[in-house]
Amino acid sequence: MIEFEMPKPIAQQSYVLKTVAENMMRPVSRYFDEHEHEIPWDYINFMHMAMRATGAGSLAPPERKEDEEKKEEKKSRPPIAYQMLAFMLEMLSWGDVGMYLCTPGGGLGAAAVEAAGTPEQKRKFLARFAEEKPTFAAMAMTEPHCGSDTSAIRTTAVLDKTTNEWVLNGEKIFVTAGQKSLEESNGFVVIWATIDPSAGRAGIRSFVVETGTPGVKVTKLEHKLGIRASDTASIVLQDARVPFENILGSPEIQTETTKGFKGAMATFDATRPLVSATGIGVARAALELLKEMAAAQGFQVRYGLPKTKLTNFEREIIDMEVLLQSAWLLVIKSVWMADNRKPNPLEASMAKLRAGDVVTKITQRAVELMGPLGYSRDYLLEKWFRDAKITDIYEGTGQINRLVVARNILGYTGRELR
Amino acid sequence: MYSFEPSEEQKMLIDAINRYAVNDLRKKARDAEEESHLPEDLIQKGWELGLLQASIPESYGGFGEYSALTGVLAGEELAYGDFAGALAVLTPASFALPILLCGTEEQKQTFLPPIAEGEWQPYSAAIIEPFLDFDPNELRTKAEKQNGNYQINGEKIYVPYADGAKQLIVYANLDGKTQAFIIDPASPGVTIVERQKLMGINALPVYKVKLENVLIPGENRLGGEVGIEFTPILDSMRLAMAALALGISRAAYEYSRDYAKDRDVFGVKVAQKQAIAFMLAEMATEIESIRLLTWEAAWKLDQRKEDASKEAYLAHIGAADMAMMVTDRAVQILGGHGYIREHPVELYMRNGRGIAMLTGIGMI
Repeated sequence: MIEFEMPKPIAQQSYVLKTVAENMMRPVSRYFDEHEHEIPWDYINFMHMAMRATGAGSLAPPERKEDEEKKEEKKSRPPIAYQMLAFMLEMLSWGDVGMYLCTPGGGLGAAAVEAAGTPEQKRKFLARFAEEKPTFAAMAMTEPHCGSDTSAIRTTAVLDKTTNEWVLNGEKIFVTAGQKSLEESNGFVVIWATIDPSAGRAGIRSFVVETGTPGVKVTKLEHKLGIRASDTASIVLQDARVPFENILGSPEIQTETTKGFKGAMATFDATRPLVSATGIGVARAALELLKEMAAAQGFQVRYGLPKTKLTNFEREIIDMEVLLQSAWLLVIKSVWMADNRKPNPLEASMAKLRAGDVVTKITQRAVELMGPLGYSRDYLLEKWFRDAKITDIYEGTGQINRLVVARNILGYTGRELR
Repeated sequence: MYSFEPSEEQKMLIDAINRYAVNDLRKKARDAEEESHLPEDLIQKGWELGLLQASIPESYGGFGEYSALTGVLAGEELAYGDFAGALAVLTPASFALPILLCGTEEQKQTFLPPIAEGEWQPYSAAIIEPFLDFDPNELRTKAEKQNGNYQINGEKIYVPYADGAKQLIVYANLDGKTQAFIIDPASPGVTIVERQKLMGINALPVYKVKLENVLIPGENRLGGEVGIEFTPILDSMRLAMAALALGISRAAYEYSRDYAKDRDVFGVKVAQKQAIAFMLAEMATEIESIRLLTWEAAWKLDQRKEDASKEAYLAHIGAADMAMMVTDRAVQILGGHGYIREHPVELYMRNGRGIAMLTGIGMI
């Protein structure tokens, strides 16, 4: 049965998160945009406390013991964990996407462990997010010389058989929350590295590098166009040693050549829709502000008229609403698939490329349509325009996602469609 | 809950329509377009799929219940075969559904059983008018009340099967509101002016109809004395256009995709060039996202959600843009061959252009 009824837990969650967004994020949005590299601890501590109390926002399996009856009841209900998360991210990003990216609880690092880790690895690495202090995790893939082309990764991981440890060497850049993960909490970074530089993508594996690992250092924080509340770190690994079992995945994934890369890439099927959701939140904020400002100055949008009768302003708004809602539904579908264990690489990339296009376009148009006021830093609109653009870049650029979608619909391998 | 999985019943229906669309409609589409004629047995075969019959309850001769969501699923699949053929099959629905949704008990008893229980018959509807700012909510065709009856004056265009129609629903402006009237086309004052020639859907016979002092008995006003709330009818008309646009676009996308995978260029297939591959990726993404918007609007309509009308409007606008974007690119991907009538993409493009303006020519 096709249905579009928002599940009750999500509706309740949205109600609460909207209050958080309005009271804890919006009032300090501008401050953290203008004080780059300051960490929004009030928000972080509040979210950590709230999430510990409710268990929200976590994909980790609950530790609490449940009686059999409750378990049965849970089984009969359709799973909605990813949907919950997508709605949560959308609402928090509606508040402030830069601050949302500072939310403790593991972010992309935990998502990588969740997607590619074994049950033991999940237990070992994900438990820390429930501890008393806020904890962060990050994923490090990009290197100075390569971004989307992950097969060109030069960071190496060599197994030291005498100690049974992996020795990592290399440099990672553009690591979202890298600083908070390694320096500000007892967290970790998932590092993509090659165990065989001659093997290309077949040699790529991902490794959990925990805070305090000798030889790991944050060397730089970037200055960015937007999402300035969120740190974007460079990390250097110099003979950094991690235990053997910190290589993500089951033993055969670790040894069989292509599975390791595929396991790592599987992370994206989970994270791309979620990143899309954050962009949708920003675009919704922009569109709502534009409509509110317009209404206050006497511009009402009339729906249902033929285009010949609409003003240009109305047409623009209507087109933006079409784009926003249709993109959001793609996101919901792709997380619904994830919840129901349906393979979703195609839908995840569709959602991501569509969201990247749509939120960039909507925020750009919104700034223009708000006239001279759109350009003013008195309003958050210009900030959202800067914030939104990252949606089309991180977790795979729009172009990489077009490539993924194209290969998928055409049935081509990476070799057949380069 | 969210769910994107059609029910088992819907899947069976889609399968059945798909077979008809691919094996019958599509095979005849080119000849039908060139000859400006759809074979009667082709339409009858589509009619026998029972789309409309399944929307009408047993008490009125059908065997189901109206669902906009099932309607859009069916509409996409029909138009995946051929737009003109789809509209022909759906023509009686544009007469029966308004009666089902808004008619009095007596009107339902009178008009629905002969339609639902019989073969495909030319029951149709007239709404579109020859003005560039045509607005279904502000019609220029006027109805005036006279001693319990109504007098109608105006001009309608693009009325499918008007010539020889059993009955027509004519939409007219009564005191500023759109109301519907059931008219026997043989009534004095009704003139079938001419069959019209359009940019596309030439296989579908559409007519210009003049209404001069046409007198309608009071009981033939849809909804009786109180009349109708026009909005749900308009919503269904818009969703029909959105659904049909999805079918046209999907057909165009698939045709150009398969062509690009087959055609050699510079030692590889055309589809192996990113310039083409990315166009196809965007087409597929566009179709999928507008499909979800259309589904959601239909679901909201079925659930009587407050913003259903707004979303049906958005879905129609999105679908019209999608149809143009996708069909244009399909032609472009075939290059010179896309411009030749041996391939269907030029027809898809002509048909796709109609989606934005043909509100009311079909209902689902």
